[in-house]
Amino acid sequence: MTTLSLADRIRKMKKTYVWMAFILISTAFFAGCGKVADSNDTQGTIQIKGSDTLVNAAQKVSEEFMKTSPGVFVSVTGGGSGVGVASLISKSCDIASASREMMPKEIEQAKKQGVFPKEIPVAHDGVALIINKNNQIDKLTINDLHNIFTGKAKNWKEFGGKDIAIVTLSREVSSGTYAHFKEEVIQLGDKKSTMEFSPQTLLLSSSQAIVEEAANNEGAIGYLGMGYLSDRTKTISVARTDKFFPPNAETVRSGEYPLSRLLYFYTNGEPKGAVKQFIDFTLSPAGQKQFSETGFVPLGVAGAEKTQ
Amino acid sequence: MRKKPSEFIIELCIRLSGFLVIAFVFLIFLFLLKDSLSLFRSHSVGSFLFGKNWLPVSDPAKFGIMPLFLGSLYVTIAAIFISVPLGVGTAMFIAEVAPKSVKGTLKSLVEILASIPSVVLGFIGIIWLGPFMRGTFHLSTGMCGLTGSLLLAFMALPTIISMSEDALVGVPRSYREAATGLGATRWQTLWRIILPAASSGIIAAIMLGIGRVIGETMVVMMVTGNAPVMPTSILQPLRTLTATIAGEMGETVRGSEHYFALFAVGLVLFIITFIINIFAELCAHRNLK
Repeated sequence: MTTLSLADRIRKMKKTYVWMAFILISTAFFAGCGKVADSNDTQGTIQIKGSDTLVNAAQKVSEEFMKTSPGVFVSVTGGGSGVGVASLISKSCDIASASREMMPKEIEQAKKQGVFPKEIPVAHDGVALIINKNNQIDKLTINDLHNIFTGKAKNWKEFGGKDIAIVTLSREVSSGTYAHFKEEVIQLGDKKSTMEFSPQTLLLSSSQAIVEEAANNEGAIGYLGMGYLSDRTKTISVARTDKFFPPNAETVRSGEYPLSRLLYFYTNGEPKGAVKQFIDFTLSPAGQKQFSETGFVPLGVAGAEKTQ
Repeated sequence: MRKKPSEFIIELCIRLSGFLVIAFVFLIFLFLLKDSLSLFRSHSVGSFLFGKNWLPVSDPAKFGIMPLFLGSLYVTIAAIFISVPLGVGTAMFIAEVAPKSVKGTLKSLVEILASIPSVVLGFIGIIWLGPFMRGTFHLSTGMCGLTGSLLLAFMALPTIISMSEDALVGVPRSYREAATGLGATRWQTLWRIILPAASSGIIAAIMLGIGRVIGETMVVMMVTGNAPVMPTSILQPLRTLTATIAGEMGETVRGSEHYFALFAVGLVLFIITFIINIFAELCAHRNLK
């Protein structure tokens, strides 16, 4: 056999690396399938999965929690509320985070698998409406928004603005924010309403994309979670009928701002052991502070009561 | 000659991995088929393929993929119109015209182009290309089909360039010699002899480029606006098949109609790319005869 050329040697090395990587990945994969924290144990790993809206806040809460509770490791992953709920049902996570309530169909599925979801509201979020900075509109009613997003109103001059076509921006249909906005604004709170977003509405894949488009496009109007508000766009005040409120901590918590919602954690049955410790921490002032730092509105002092 | 045992093992491994790939493709197909067929228990195939409304979370939900299919078609056709002349032209330049030093640089630049992550291109699209398009064409928004097509054309270019170049280089030397011998100029040789001789390889390259474009997700999701409207112009926002799956899969309820509908969309995409790849393969093989 002749000596290997340099190219061949590199190729051979590459092959070894590929195999090593393959083995590493498969080990990691199977390790990931391991059992999650035992329910009564106060040690171990807690898996949180779900809402992309909540992922940053949950990460911050878990970092703080791990500082105070050594011996517990919390891992937070996103993927969407649906993913979180599905993992809770298949028992591959301990806590599902969701920016919407679990749907009846999901609860039914869970019960079939012997999972009894417990709903724990963890923070408030306001859905803010943003427009371009050059747009002189500063307030709209829910009815105006309804007309804009269903495509009945097509030009800003109908609301006393410039003669510019309105471009409506929305999140993707799978986003929890979309579902909330649709119910409150498009269907005006009536779940049986068959009204739809105008098919011309741009469905953007992230809140960041909505900010970009609204910052660049004078005719644009979009909605997003309060956590994503920046000074590159203008936030408008919204009224149910005639009293206009800007979205902020007070108006959202009091429910005066018309487009506010709750964010949830779901556990399988009453939380126990390490999971209970984590939930207690989340609802404590130290935990709630993390939500306000990530742009959400903490629950009132009283804690987890439902306000909708 | 007797085979060494090590050789035997290696051969076995290679054969096994070959079969494994086929098995994977087959399994993916079965998996898609199984989940998408569940949709057709409650929705007819006709309403799925030809329905004009995609309203997956409404009650009752409507799963008509016509707007999505047309969206993909518009974006793909426009991207191909942009990338084919550019790509084949570049390939011709690299293969036949460019001096050796330029050739090497160009080839590595093309490879760098191939390695740009699609997310980065999408981001450039949102930040820069979108507003630019809005200004240039006086649109209400720059998030439109053409913005996506331009970026997708960029993504298809490396495939088209390197495969076309291979095809051009593969044209037998005797063709060139004969052409030069008959007194043809360099341009005549390239345009009338080499290009037709390499045409089947170039068509295969274009087909694979189409496959790349139609399957691309991130860029179109980021810049085309994703409005599920029946498209009438490439300058309006539209929604593609891939972006629909990527955008909606995250939060669907598993085992729901919507979930199955997305698998059905996946099946449609799989079939489209399968057909395109078969065409590419057929074209490439015609070359060998």
